[in-house]
Amino acid sequence: MATEYITRMGDGRKVTMTKEEIRADIETGIGEAVDAAEVPELSGDEIDHLLEIVASKEKLVTVEHGKEVVLSLDGGSISIESEHGSGIPCGRINGVVMEERAYCLDVLELAHMDYSYKPVKPLTAVECQTMRQLQEITTTPLLYGAMPNMGLYYTPDGPYENPGDLMKAFKIQEAQDSIEKSAEHLTRDMIWILQKMMKNGGADGANFDTMAAAGDGDFYSALNAIEALRKEYPEMYIEAGMASETVLGIHGELKYDGVNVAGLWPHKQVELVEKAGANVFGPVCNTNTTYSFAWNLARAVTVVKACSENATIPIHVNMGNGVGGIPMFEVPSTDTISRADKAMIEIANVDGI
Amino acid sequence: MYGVHSAVAGMNGMRTAGDLVARMQFAKSMRLPEAKEYVAQKLNVDAMDLADECMMREVREDLGLCTMTENIATPRGIASKMNIEKVLDLKINSCELFRNLSSIV
Repeated sequence: MATEYITRMGDGRKVTMTKEEIRADIETGIGEAVDAAEVPELSGDEIDHLLEIVASKEKLVTVEHGKEVVLSLDGGSISIESEHGSGIPCGRINGVVMEERAYCLDVLELAHMDYSYKPVKPLTAVECQTMRQLQEITTTPLLYGAMPNMGLYYTPDGPYENPGDLMKAFKIQEAQDSIEKSAEHLTRDMIWILQKMMKNGGADGANFDTMAAAGDGDFYSALNAIEALRKEYPEMYIEAGMASETVLGIHGELKYDGVNVAGLWPHKQVELVEKAGANVFGPVCNTNTTYSFAWNLARAVTVVKACSENATIPIHVNMGNGVGGIPMFEVPSTDTISRADKAMIEIANVDGI
Repeated sequence: MYGVHSAVAGMNGMRTAGDLVARMQFAKSMRLPEAKEYVAQKLNVDAMDLADECMMREVREDLGLCTMTENIATPRGIASKMNIEKVLDLKINSCELFRNLSSIV
């Protein structure tokens, strides 16, 4: 009887598989990535290495000495203090100091509980004050983080008519106009907030997190904000992280630097992010809960490796629950996190997580 | 989740030289090997030692770059960042703001 190895499904459930079954899932996961993202497949040696990582008998696997990478984060201390996170009653300032001194992160982030630029705007002075207090007591690079989250600019939350409602009424041009107006408004807001954060808060820079969450208009808006901020602040640290593996074409015709942004995969997204002026790019590859961890990890590594090879700036791949091959589960298992980290570093050659 | 990432793959921030390597990634868009090499040269250590707690504790203490555990003789916060500016040959925005507000040249 063939030896069975403990592994998991994409929803985190523990299962056992033989080496042959794991290899078969790795190969089909790679094939799916090649078809969907139009990227090169992994080599035979890389498949063997991935199999060795997934089928390791140890609960945790680690990278070799000298291959450690930089860890940045999104959400600031929200995951420590908020009720949807750990719920530790510590406040933001203590939370960020814990990021530095307890979790030993290489990059810190201050964020508002609502974690979107729009709700931060009326609170910018308060956010700047907290940033300045933190900058005086921390040593590690400290970014201000928030999501562009362009959905907040549509009715009923915002001033522009919801393009989904317009499309349902076959008002395609009106829907596109609404997306363009929202994108311009969002760009203005992000630039204004981050100008204050740089001038008055002394921030090292900003994290544009979950770009394209509201589709191509969201991504387009963030790229324009990054471009403007880079011109004004040549030394500003800018991290640009994605919401999903592809840019949904809700508008469908928005172009940045002559390139239609709809439908781009990470290896093409990074080219525009670099042109806009970001220093670090955070690609995403989504987890499919109905397939195995091996399938998902192989697919994610294939997509991210192509992005890393095409990039000239550092790549900090998103490795939270439901992305980067990690199962879609609120408390992902340590065995899958460690295997996904090792594979991303040793096969996809990422610069950070 | 941070803990697992830190344990299996992270440079571990101020325990080692992770924060310094991160600064070079962000300040100069350096890929990881280049950032590690730059920091190693500036600290006069081997790039392999940048994630070594024993080695880096001593280096950080000597250069005044802040250490993870409390040490009254070692600069922290903004003071340590001013030392990082000199060691890594960088300008740090919070240090610039602090200098402007306090009239320190």
